[in-house]
Amino acid sequence: MATKHSRMSARLMISPAVLLLLGWMLIPLSMTLYFSFLRYNLLMPGMEEFTGLTNYRFFLTDPAFFAALWNTIALVVGVLVVTVIGGILLALLLDQPFFGQGIVRILVIAPFFVMPTVSALVWKNMFMNPVNGLFAHAAKALGLQPFDFLSSAPLASIIGIVSWQWLPFATLILLTALQSLDQEQLEAAEMDGAPWIKRFWYIMLPHLARAITVVILIQTIFLLSVFAEILVTTNGGPGTASTNLTYLIYMQSLLQFDVGGGSAGGVVAIILANIVAIFLMRMIGKNLDA
Amino acid sequence: MARSVSTRRKLITTVFAWAIGIAIFFPILWTILTSFKTEAAAIADPPVWFNFHWTLDNYATVQERSNYFRHFMNSVIISGGSTLLGLIIAVPAAWSMAFVPAKRTKDVLMWMLSTKMLPPVGVLVPIYLLFRDLGLLDTRIGLVIVLTLINLPIIVWMLYTYFKEIPGEILEAARMDGASLRSEIIHVLTPMAIPGMASTVLLNIILAWNEAFWTLNLTAAKAAPLTAFIASYSSPEGLFYAKLSAASTMAIAPILIMGWFSQKQLVRGLTFGAVK
Repeated sequence: MATKHSRMSARLMISPAVLLLLGWMLIPLSMTLYFSFLRYNLLMPGMEEFTGLTNYRFFLTDPAFFAALWNTIALVVGVLVVTVIGGILLALLLDQPFFGQGIVRILVIAPFFVMPTVSALVWKNMFMNPVNGLFAHAAKALGLQPFDFLSSAPLASIIGIVSWQWLPFATLILLTALQSLDQEQLEAAEMDGAPWIKRFWYIMLPHLARAITVVILIQTIFLLSVFAEILVTTNGGPGTASTNLTYLIYMQSLLQFDVGGGSAGGVVAIILANIVAIFLMRMIGKNLDA
Repeated sequence: MARSVSTRRKLITTVFAWAIGIAIFFPILWTILTSFKTEAAAIADPPVWFNFHWTLDNYATVQERSNYFRHFMNSVIISGGSTLLGLIIAVPAAWSMAFVPAKRTKDVLMWMLSTKMLPPVGVLVPIYLLFRDLGLLDTRIGLVIVLTLINLPIIVWMLYTYFKEIPGEILEAARMDGASLRSEIIHVLTPMAIPGMASTVLLNIILAWNEAFWTLNLTAAKAAPLTAFIASYSSPEGLFYAKLSAASTMAIAPILIMGWFSQKQLVRGLTFGAVK
């Protein structure tokens, strides 16, 4: 169908996008890899030297790395549990007929459009602050001791904030999937006397399985890189209590100016993200009929 | 929905759904309300809901003290600029992949997507050093470049899925009638592609407006967009809830409105067509 001429011009039209992305990937990646083998601190310019795997050894045996790795996993899993379960429940609710569906849906998805620094600061100050926050007011009204969320349970508080941001995403995707479910199948099951829980378990949930997988994989990619929420609430503390890998590498590179160590951490982060990415790419690839 | 539901059940669902919807929206509502309070009313215990002295002072103060408008414009320029630049690069690419598919088209698409999986922190150091050496730190053009590149895969993908839906026969008919490639694009394709392009633009402005890794790490006072400007409230002095709320309300309002218009496209754009 396509002529030789149009093939040529097609290739010409793709090339800017391909070349730019190729440069965007290869240049910084190879630099990260190169730096990770160097002793390179911005505070000691001109002292760079090849050190082999030393940076990796230091990074991977640093207690902060294990804390950060654990916090990263806790953050990702915590947010996934809240948003997937919450998202399924919300999608089931929003799929029911009720008055003002459109408006409620708009209210529910709104948090997704709030920039991370705003949502983190609003939650930190106006809700979680132990003196002036609404939660503290509520606790005092009930005669309870106000709880200092971000000092006493920093990671759980951040999981809460990030979950609030991502719940709309999960809900919206699961709702879209739910609405593509064949209603006749459900009605037939209902007529046969299948109770709601059985209809949910044997018809709805299998239908949602694919959408749930997509939600999990895409959110994981983004959640591995949570940064702004930590920066403006706890700065990773107290200690390393809320430091994730992204934040740890940021501290090492831009606060301690340890380019070599930060780069070794960057390589580790890339490897971890790739493990997730492989699964996601497979799922999307199956669905693509190019 | 074909099933008839009793009015009673519908009423119960209505109350329940609205309660949950308002609860989820509440932090945003509270921020908007607080932005119109005095600083004293903002921290009042018990909280004041609507019966307070409404004031616009916070908005004026935020502008006066920190030249809010400049950061707002930084956000507009950075998100608008990166979306426009991305579109210029992505439209030809997506067009040719959709209409002149080659054997490797799928591989190219998948590879483009894979660049999106790269954790930003993995390339933080080299990008920071490159920006420093090229004098791009704290410049709007620097951020436009980075945001164009990180969102380019999404733009290409979204456009590709939209272009795919345009029937190829129409193009062949135009070709038979002797239309050149140029007029094919201008007269046949563009009018059909505009809705898809509009949603792509919308989603990308949203993503770029809210991007908070590169904007925080690559800017200081001069080129900081709203994401980075708002972060300066993390170490405040004195009472600041009302001012934080005013700054936040202005920062999220335009995107909230855009977002509500692009609900459907959001699913498509963010799942790369895996959920429709």
